[in-house]
Amino acid sequence: MTSRRQFMGHSAAAASALAFPLVGGAQPKTVKVGVLHPVTGALAYSGQQCREGVLMAIEDINKAGGIKSLGGAKIEALLGDAQSTPQAGAAEVEKMNEAGVSAIVGAFASAICLATTQAAAKYNLPHVVDVGVADQIVERGLKNTFRFGPGYKKCAEVAVANLHVLNTAAGKPARTVMIIHEESLFGSGTANLLARELPGYGYEVKEIVKHANPTRDFNNIVLRMKQINPDIVIPANYYNEYALLVRTMQQQKVTPKAIYSVLGGAASSYKFVKEFPDAANGIIDCNHWFNPRDKRSLELKKRVEAKNLFFSYEVFMAYTAMRLLADAIERAKSTDRAAIIDALNKSTFSDHIMPYGATQFVNGQNMGAQPLMTQVVKGDIKVIIPRDYREVDPVFPLKG
Amino acid sequence: MFDVSILFASVLNGITTGAVYALIALGLTLIYGVLHIINFAHGASLMVALYGVYFLKEKLSIDPYMALPLMVPAMFALGYLLQRGVINRASHGKDENILLVTLGLSIVLENLALLFFKSDTRNIETAYTLTTVNIGPAMIALPKLVAFAGALVVSSVLLAVMLYTDLGRAIRAVAKEKHGARLMGIDVDHVYAMCFGIGLACLGAAACFLLPAYYVNPLVGSGFVLVAFTIVVLGGMGSFVGALVGGFLIGVVESVGGLYLGESLGQVGIFAIFIAVLLFRPQGLFGARA
Repeated sequence: MTSRRQFMGHSAAAASALAFPLVGGAQPKTVKVGVLHPVTGALAYSGQQCREGVLMAIEDINKAGGIKSLGGAKIEALLGDAQSTPQAGAAEVEKMNEAGVSAIVGAFASAICLATTQAAAKYNLPHVVDVGVADQIVERGLKNTFRFGPGYKKCAEVAVANLHVLNTAAGKPARTVMIIHEESLFGSGTANLLARELPGYGYEVKEIVKHANPTRDFNNIVLRMKQINPDIVIPANYYNEYALLVRTMQQQKVTPKAIYSVLGGAASSYKFVKEFPDAANGIIDCNHWFNPRDKRSLELKKRVEAKNLFFSYEVFMAYTAMRLLADAIERAKSTDRAAIIDALNKSTFSDHIMPYGATQFVNGQNMGAQPLMTQVVKGDIKVIIPRDYREVDPVFPLKG
Repeated sequence: MFDVSILFASVLNGITTGAVYALIALGLTLIYGVLHIINFAHGASLMVALYGVYFLKEKLSIDPYMALPLMVPAMFALGYLLQRGVINRASHGKDENILLVTLGLSIVLENLALLFFKSDTRNIETAYTLTTVNIGPAMIALPKLVAFAGALVVSSVLLAVMLYTDLGRAIRAVAKEKHGARLMGIDVDHVYAMCFGIGLACLGAAACFLLPAYYVNPLVGSGFVLVAFTIVVLGGMGSFVGALVGGFLIGVVESVGGLYLGESLGQVGIFAIFIAVLLFRPQGLFGARA
């Protein structure tokens, strides 16, 4: 009978024998990358948009000659579906690891990212987070996790500081706030941060309302809003619920001084603006946004629209996340996971369309990442803050 | 405190939601009252009906309300065939078997929907989705008002069928005394299947009224079936009037509970009522004493 120790020894020997031929052998023809998003379930729309963004980036990279330091190796996408749940997301990571991916890009929602980054960490598998704004994602000391975009703490701080600037410039017409958020990590976390920040600037948070995903009836919440009559309504939720909430407000004729979203699921979405121009008009959002002065962002927008898709934040965030990863693989000159993680840590990636400047990771977070403030003006989405990127002057408050 | 106009709006909202609950519970209570089985596949059948309405709208551009003359007979046929072809055969006349067969059916239906339609939540856009009607100080969405009116019409028709037609008399006879009915020349298997068919036809109607203001995904039925069971127990097993009143009551409790206690905790009212009814009036509000 073989003891456990003997078995382990044999296995290790076998494994290293299997691994050896790769070292110094022919360069791999492809680099496998896991593309993991919730493409079905409640978050299907956002997940599919993300997937499209990553696939477009892979297409661009491969067209431009693949990973040159690996002899022009092409990137091969392994698609995964997190089914809008963290459990399914983590299960997909296991499959991708089995399939031998070099890295993972994903997984849109904060709650899913928490699970997938942790699952990937077990295998020292590099995981670039494309959206996932919860700061816990990069605060757990996971060496494999890198987030290119800003976290919700940064977004909430920027949003509240700018709200105060806007309000002060307008003669302080707004004093009370109502926050409506979805119940998962992203919404609850953002709401908590806002509730902590706002009183410091002299705003009174009248009510914080939580709702489930999906919710198809916002009548009760809007009735409460009518009763409380807040100056400012801050929604923090995903597309379907955001759209329904704003439309129910329109239906019930509730018009606060501003709808001021923080990472609003629909506020700076071309889909929403096109489908419900009246409901969207004037909405301010503090969200992921591309650099409007960079010509390449408008080219990418045109290409996405040519595919009959909307150029939503999911697309350009995921697109850039994939380019960041490709840049790291290029510099790593290897498909080895540890080498890619090392290259990501040293990344100064600056050839991108986001208003972040050169990349610098500290504990997995890109320090230059920042949200922009946008407002829906005449059926289009325009940057209002900061001044460096401003396209139009802000309108605040909406009603006199 | 909330002022009266908001409470009024919330109650109206609850009544209109309750009407759809009542419609779903009517089918359930009919199947229970006659067949003496608890149809666990009720929620899954509602889901099937909702997908039917969804695809009629998306693929053939048939308005959900215009789909009524298609969905009601289609669901009736499905129910009739399910009862005669599957449930009746597999149960061998034993009630406990029927229970398991309907449970199995629900699992099969839900997973088939997952396989074919994926877990995406889908909804439809109609011209009237956002239209509101002013009732006093409250604004109620038009689809909800239509659902309310529709539920009243469907339950009146159902009541009339039960009271004044031969089929209704046969159904009541079978419900009261199966063997006696058979001796009088009533085809009991046919009546059973008719009942199941009518129960599912109610769901067909409910789906048409529900979808303009709601959504569909493979698991959408489970939320409704729990509420529907509560309504059936509250109103009295097998009682039509009970299902109707129970539906409205639960709708209002849910809506007002949500207003005062928050969207999540508000649901607690429904189950508090459920437990209270079981404790103090186990036969239900309109049920006959056992």
